[in-house]
Amino acid sequence: MPGPGRQPRGMKAQVKNPGELFLRLMKYVLKDYKFHCISVVVLIVVSVLCNVQGTMFMKNLIDEYITPFLLSDNPNFTPLAHAIARVAAFYALGVLATFGYNRLMVNVTQGTLRNLRNDLFSHMEKLPVKYFDTHAHGDIMSVYTNDIDTLRQMISQSMPQLLNSGITIISVFVSMLILSIPLTVVTMIMVGIMVFCSKKSAGQSGAYFAKQQKDLGTVNGYIEEMMNGQKVVKVFCHEEENMQNFKKLNDELYVSADKANTFANFLGPINAQIGNISYVICAIIGGVLALGKVGGFTLGGLASFLTFNKSFSMPINQISMQMNAIVMAMAGADRIFKLMDEKEELDEGYVTLVNAKEEDGKLTECEERTERWAWKHTHQNDGSVDYVEVKGEVVFNGVDFGYNDEKIVLHDIKLYAKPGQKIAFVGSTGAGKTTITNLINRFYDIQDGKIRYDGININKIKKADLRHSLGIVLQDTHLFTGTVRDNIRFGKLDATDEEIVAAAKLANADSFIRRLPKGYDTMLTGDGANLSQGQRQLLAIARAAIADPPVLILDEATSSIDTRTERIVQDGMDKLMRGRTTFVIAHRLSTVRNSDCIMVLEQGRIIERGTHDELIEEKGRYYQLYTGNAISA
Amino acid sequence: MIKTLAKQIKEFKAASIATPLFMILEVLMEMIIPYLMASIIDKGVNTGDIHHIYKVGGIMVVAAVIGLFAGMMGGRFGAKASAGFARNLREAMFNNIQTFSFSNIDKFSTAGLVTRMTTDVTNIQNAYQMILRMFTRAPASMICAMVMAFTINARLACIYLVAVIILGILLFLIMSHATKYFQQAFPKYDDLNESVQENVSAIRVVKAYVREEQETSKLRRASENIYNIFVKAETNLVFNAPMMQTVVYTCILLVSWFGAKMIASDSLTTGELMSLLTYCMNILMSLMMLSMVFVMVAMSMASARRISGVLNETSDLKNPEHPTMKVEDGSIEFRHVDFAYKKDSDEPVLEDIDLKIRSGETIGIIGGTGSAKTSLVNLISRLYDVTKGEVLVGGRNVKDYDMEVLRDQVSVVLQNNVLFSGTILDNLRWGDKEATLEECRHACELACADEFIDRFPKGYETYIEQGGSNVSGGQKQRLCIARALLKKPKVLILDDSTSAVDTATDAKIRRAFREEIPDTTKLIIAQRISSVQDADRIIVMEDGKVNGFGTHEELLEQNDIYREVYESQTSGGGDFDEKEGE
Repeated sequence: MPGPGRQPRGMKAQVKNPGELFLRLMKYVLKDYKFHCISVVVLIVVSVLCNVQGTMFMKNLIDEYITPFLLSDNPNFTPLAHAIARVAAFYALGVLATFGYNRLMVNVTQGTLRNLRNDLFSHMEKLPVKYFDTHAHGDIMSVYTNDIDTLRQMISQSMPQLLNSGITIISVFVSMLILSIPLTVVTMIMVGIMVFCSKKSAGQSGAYFAKQQKDLGTVNGYIEEMMNGQKVVKVFCHEEENMQNFKKLNDELYVSADKANTFANFLGPINAQIGNISYVICAIIGGVLALGKVGGFTLGGLASFLTFNKSFSMPINQISMQMNAIVMAMAGADRIFKLMDEKEELDEGYVTLVNAKEEDGKLTECEERTERWAWKHTHQNDGSVDYVEVKGEVVFNGVDFGYNDEKIVLHDIKLYAKPGQKIAFVGSTGAGKTTITNLINRFYDIQDGKIRYDGININKIKKADLRHSLGIVLQDTHLFTGTVRDNIRFGKLDATDEEIVAAAKLANADSFIRRLPKGYDTMLTGDGANLSQGQRQLLAIARAAIADPPVLILDEATSSIDTRTERIVQDGMDKLMRGRTTFVIAHRLSTVRNSDCIMVLEQGRIIERGTHDELIEEKGRYYQLYTGNAISA
Repeated sequence: MIKTLAKQIKEFKAASIATPLFMILEVLMEMIIPYLMASIIDKGVNTGDIHHIYKVGGIMVVAAVIGLFAGMMGGRFGAKASAGFARNLREAMFNNIQTFSFSNIDKFSTAGLVTRMTTDVTNIQNAYQMILRMFTRAPASMICAMVMAFTINARLACIYLVAVIILGILLFLIMSHATKYFQQAFPKYDDLNESVQENVSAIRVVKAYVREEQETSKLRRASENIYNIFVKAETNLVFNAPMMQTVVYTCILLVSWFGAKMIASDSLTTGELMSLLTYCMNILMSLMMLSMVFVMVAMSMASARRISGVLNETSDLKNPEHPTMKVEDGSIEFRHVDFAYKKDSDEPVLEDIDLKIRSGETIGIIGGTGSAKTSLVNLISRLYDVTKGEVLVGGRNVKDYDMEVLRDQVSVVLQNNVLFSGTILDNLRWGDKEATLEECRHACELACADEFIDRFPKGYETYIEQGGSNVSGGQKQRLCIARALLKKPKVLILDDSTSAVDTATDAKIRRAFREEIPDTTKLIIAQRISSVQDADRIIVMEDGKVNGFGTHEELLEQNDIYREVYESQTSGGGDFDEKEGE
């Protein structure tokens, strides 16, 4: 049942291989519901046959019971009663079968959708960051909403309907043949005409539906843009122009919607009336045949045939209606499987992160949580194991990077960060500062050069373990639906409540959290929409703090928060950075000044490096930026 | 609510009336056919009258053709009426939204308005077409079939009457039960989507903390919940088809049994029996159809409510009866102004603001988040009305001006400013439709936008994507300032409009203002002290009140807040690209 707000998106780009897709989808459905599906098919067959049995009864009713009644003076109703009881039994079986397959289909449909959602999501979580950077989020979302929804309609309605109609057509066709071959031929001719007409009409309407969809997109886009800018519209008194522009677009949509729906509406009456005409023709020919008693054709036979005639056009109608839904669902299935076929993030790392303790001056692995960590390096050739303490030393050696191979955005980056050092990146927008944050944690892989973490090439470290050892606070803070506590615990799943409070205190977040209506148990929704920008940043800092990583990547926010909050955030960040190797994309003077080394980036290259004082001395680009004589936008 | 919507049918009334009429005609034709059929069998076949068969068969074909025509016309007009109705609804909403004041806009979220104009209208369009076509067709078909059945044989037709009542009750029970479940189910659905959305946009955080598995198991739980609730909801609907079949089959068997007996006693003919059986299907199918229409209409009611909410919303700002059409100068005065976003709110956003600003002055406004800086300036161009006191521009109450005149003379660069899809020139001309390229260039020079526009390959013809996504934040802000300047306003308000512009350019823009438009009153809201310290006077806002008002030097001496902010920004807490001092 379609709910409000869930409209199919109409004809989209044609799918290349609908047959293949359909089979793949069927395989997917069958994977978990083989037994269900077989039962459904059996039950549908039973239900259809019982139904046909009932129609056949019409013939017998008239020929074998009623006509003899007319001839006898004292009719015996007992055989009729028996016949009716027999048919009633068939009907009852049919009803049970109908109920059975409908009920099973609910599980098949909803279960398949559930599996699809789960599989889609768990696959999506394994995709590389690049996928999310190169695909519009709205498009990814629409796979989960629109595309899955069209599949629901197809699996729950179109598929059983199709099966039902197919079986009905075959069994009715066979029955018609048995009753009268000439009438069957007549019926088939009429069906041919019907299919031809409805194809014509559907083709017309399809073309207009595509146009309507396009116009609808334009209108929706306009609406969205204007609603977003409504306040600007008011300030500039631009209302009149807007109304005129909108009217133009809206009228175009009206024309295409009108035509599309008109042709779609023609389908019903055309099919129905051609069906009726077919009925009339069969009645006339059948009447003539029955009168002439040609080939033993009887009045009862005509009655049955006419019923079949009617029940023949109905499933054909249904199939033609379902075809539309199926085409649409295939477009959806195409997008769903495309997402499922996206390559997962590769991980060839074998160096893992383990808890470590020192025994006899040597580092060894241990089960319990010590506050020390070690890289467990199992050598590939001889299987020997080395333990290297995690200290947080990061070295870039001649690193080149580009989001694609054609366009390199970072060139020959060299840097050496000793444990506990703070490295700041400065430079104008687009110089490649943020890109660097994507490399150490291997969101993206570098094209050339090496990055070493405690002397180990990061390509050898298991991604999960590498990321565990890195903390990251991004410019746009993202929070999750859940309590404040849940959001901080995101950094360390087994954190105790005390640890959470401690982390919040370190990040200067504790005091504002306590002032929230439910403190640490306050629910956050919509990416923390009920918090201010500064508060969200504080939570993100707390989340990084609780993970307690040896290396930290910070992308300072540029957005304007008021000075006081800013100072609190700043202080939280400073506390977090203490004692950790930190890479910071800096926007604030104090951060830059306190750094052990400042890297000035320009067009993907490090053009200057050194401490604040050294760089000021140099009077180069940094000096320009610092004294504000450069245009950074 | 229905009335509000129905008003928008307008020129499509004729089509709206024609549709059901044609549908009824189609139904009548459809009903005649089984009746004629009975006549063919009884009078033609049974008596051997071949002419009767031809004659009645001919009539039947004519009936079918008329039915075809009527059905197509019904479809034609139904499509026209519903598409037209949707068009009018969209237009009426859009036009009404254009009259909204800021507080009206605040009431509906942007996303909410978009949904109302798109999805909700589509729902109504579909429901309206359903109503026009099926709501007449189904009952008409049911009534006609019932009447025909009764004329053929009243006693047997009574079986149908009973069946209809029973089926109707059962359908009602099932549907209302199912609807209840579905209403519970849809919010769950939204929850799931939200969680997916969250993961898509925050994938870096998820991956950085290696939380893929945790998030996946969270989603699995959510999707299991959906599975359970939807299975429950749909299990209700599963009863529909078998129940329908049971009733139909029971009717067929009963009619066959009693019909056979009647035929034996000569009170019914074979042909009549066959017609009766055909009508049986007609009646019960119509009922089924009707129940589906009911559900659809019920579900679209929520959309109807949302739409009429927009249509019935009236702007709370009204133009005065005899508006003043000229703003004398750029002087501004606040006389004991109180302001709250909600009329009956206890906590005013602004309290007892009393200010006098001379024409041509440059005024800086500074204060923490939530100190109501934006609320203060929004009152000047009457984007909101004051709750108490009055605001004067050019010596007259803002409520006396024609709103368009006032807003042309008081130009605001909003905090969340928006560029629209179109060329740079198109965007600039929002400020002045007739502006020449020269004027646009000049405005851009003042706003320091010319330097980057000239670097674009297409210059002023560069196409701006929706929301200005292809220009940087600083570029966007400068374009917005240029756009506001083109109005040649008497008062120019910049609401934190240079936050993404570097300090040097910021200073350059302010210098240009001072030199090029000395007579325009300039109000500049900023976070950076450097953006306001060279203003003639500076307002320090704190908790909706004016905490200080004076020159930079005066405030530095007398105002604690100002001094604190100043010190924090000059002693290393400010932006990196901030100049130290001036």
